Amino acid sequence: MLKHDQIERSSILLLILTVIVVSIGGLVEITPLFRIEQTIEKVEGMRAYTPLELAGSKIYKREGCYGCHSQQVRVLRDEVERYGHYSLAAESMYDYPFQWGSKRTGPDLARVGGKYSDMWHTRHLINPRDVVPESIMPGYKFLSERDADISGINVDMEVLRKLGVPYTDEMIQNAVSDAMVQASADRDAEGLLRRYGKKVNVRDFDGNLDRVSEMDALVAYLQTLGTFVDFAKFDPATPKKIEIKK
Amino acid sequence: MSSANSVPVSYNYSIIKLFTIAATFWAIVGLGVGVYIALELAFPFLNFDVEWMSFGRLRPLHTSAVIFAFGGNALFATSFFVVQRTCQAKLWGSNRLQKIIFWGYQLFIVMAAYGYLTGITQAKEYAEPEWYADLLLTIIWVMYFIVFIMTIKHRREPHIYVANWFYLAFIVTVAILHIVNNLSIPLRLDGTASYPIFGGVQSAMIQWWYGHNAVGFFLTAGFIGIMYYFVPKRAQRPVYSYRLSILHFWSLIFIYIWAGPHHLHYTSLPDWVQTLGMTFSIMLWMPSWGGMINGIMTLSGAWDKLRTDPVLRFLITAVAFYGMSTFEGPLMSIRAVNSLSHYTDWTVGHVHSGALGWVAMISFGALYHMVPILWKKKDLYSKGLVSLHFWLASIGIVLYITALWIAGIMQGLMWRAYDQMGFLQYSFVETLVALHPLYVTRAIGGLFFLTGAGVMSYNFYKTIKSQNA
Repeated sequence: MLKHDQIERSSILLLILTVIVVSIGGLVEITPLFRIEQTIEKVEGMRAYTPLELAGSKIYKREGCYGCHSQQVRVLRDEVERYGHYSLAAESMYDYPFQWGSKRTGPDLARVGGKYSDMWHTRHLINPRDVVPESIMPGYKFLSERDADISGINVDMEVLRKLGVPYTDEMIQNAVSDAMVQASADRDAEGLLRRYGKKVNVRDFDGNLDRVSEMDALVAYLQTLGTFVDFAKFDPATPKKIEIKK
Repeated sequence: MSSANSVPVSYNYSIIKLFTIAATFWAIVGLGVGVYIALELAFPFLNFDVEWMSFGRLRPLHTSAVIFAFGGNALFATSFFVVQRTCQAKLWGSNRLQKIIFWGYQLFIVMAAYGYLTGITQAKEYAEPEWYADLLLTIIWVMYFIVFIMTIKHRREPHIYVANWFYLAFIVTVAILHIVNNLSIPLRLDGTASYPIFGGVQSAMIQWWYGHNAVGFFLTAGFIGIMYYFVPKRAQRPVYSYRLSILHFWSLIFIYIWAGPHHLHYTSLPDWVQTLGMTFSIMLWMPSWGGMINGIMTLSGAWDKLRTDPVLRFLITAVAFYGMSTFEGPLMSIRAVNSLSHYTDWTVGHVHSGALGWVAMISFGALYHMVPILWKKKDLYSKGLVSLHFWLASIGIVLYITALWIAGIMQGLMWRAYDQMGFLQYSFVETLVALHPLYVTRAIGGLFFLTGAGVMSYNFYKTIKSQNA
């Protein structure tokens, strides 16, 4: 029988035992998540972000929005009534990393898509107190004054594809033009809609046709949050299994 | 390892001096930014619509500056101090290697901070630095580990002292957590951005496995190492129970690692993981209190010293706060409680009762103990100022945590309140308006705490400059 005295006298033994002891919990809790089929339910409608929405998600992360806004409606009555259907694992499966957040200094945004107009979002982001007088959110007027960084968005998509996001060659080749098209009201969007689905919002989000601004990208991203899954067709009682991507 | 060797060891204090100064400097920076962003929540015009001044970018600067810059430098300083003295061995490695560790770590902090202000972030809480900064930290950390374990290897004491078990577990586990949670693919090797290799629900689980164990191993195990050396030393009493410290060590490091999923209750993380996380979080109460009892009971027979030694008062109050937050933590990890507390300021208050009450207070105590020894002075410049600091810090903490208890519980209750017609009673913004006076109180509490740290810096400056050798 190993006596503690022996451990205390050997730095190597102490080190090895420590590593073993601290590894067990993580292995038990984390590794099955990559194997068990129930981790992510099969749903209809999940798609990858369009290039413009992806550029918007990068702005969301850059500004640290997740520090004050969650994107995770818990399975609680008041949350479902306030924000909408509780979040499904499938809905964040293409978020690298997840944006569930941990604090609601502002409201949850998991289902903010489609709840407010583009103009509301734009005005709110420029000066939140113009539309919500009591708001304590910072203003982000610089978003309207800057071009969205979409010229290299295809590189992002290539990396995300390696990680398991289903971007096709065609999507990656057309990334930059798709982003331009989505943020304009007057261009032919047929290719974009064919690639990403008919539900994609195509319009000039920030009300300024001269440029594809960071505001366009961020509002496009916000307007899409929580809108992918068609809950009319979702039956939690008999979830279909999905093959987990490696 | 021969105990017959009676030649006194000459310790290497020069590197510890650097870490001590850095810890003091970053404490002021981190607490200062904290007060500023607390004021931003109370008075949003302070964001000035300038991107690098916005709450979203300053908040990671605050958390990293206090945890990794202040806390990290305090851990480097104390661990190098403790390992030399308890092993009766000079710090292993060349001066150059130790300097690289010091400046490399400061460079990591500056790189991370610059990134936060300019919007370079991985968007993972407490793990915001991008891949290149993470790589630098990994290299520095491996060097730190080598210096620490080699010093232990060259010890002249047969036994490895308990404080060093905790420091070792802290160093090793933080390395594991840091590496796994930061696995990512850079977009370009000459660019700053990357994508983490885990997404969605898996990334949530791994992030909070990391996040909660940053608390467990960085902010607990490391600082427990401080407790096991500085409390007995300052009280001039042996550790209360040797058996309890063995039990404390192994149970704490085994159980902590499971607790992460309690950050994800009622989310789309599978239920079985949530339940495991909750169960182990509740179990964690026991080793935590074992440690607290071992620390506080070390004062047996020396309680009177609390009246005369304000440095010991810092150390013991810290352990008491440790006991309080490690009771509150398991409570909040219970699903039913968490449904109320999660996403509210109760969590923020809980974190600060641990961060200010435990981590900062025990660090202050240890720094006050070390400074005269490192700079070869008879004593600190002023014990009165230590006492003043103690009261400023204590009042600050009480204001801070009571304000956020009220804020969190009130907002949690308002979110779930229904009117007589069965509709949700409050809009979100109504619950926000109710928080304003509490946010002001919290900022005032933070200001008290910051002022105390300022008093400490002045005391250190005067001590170092004094002729009282």
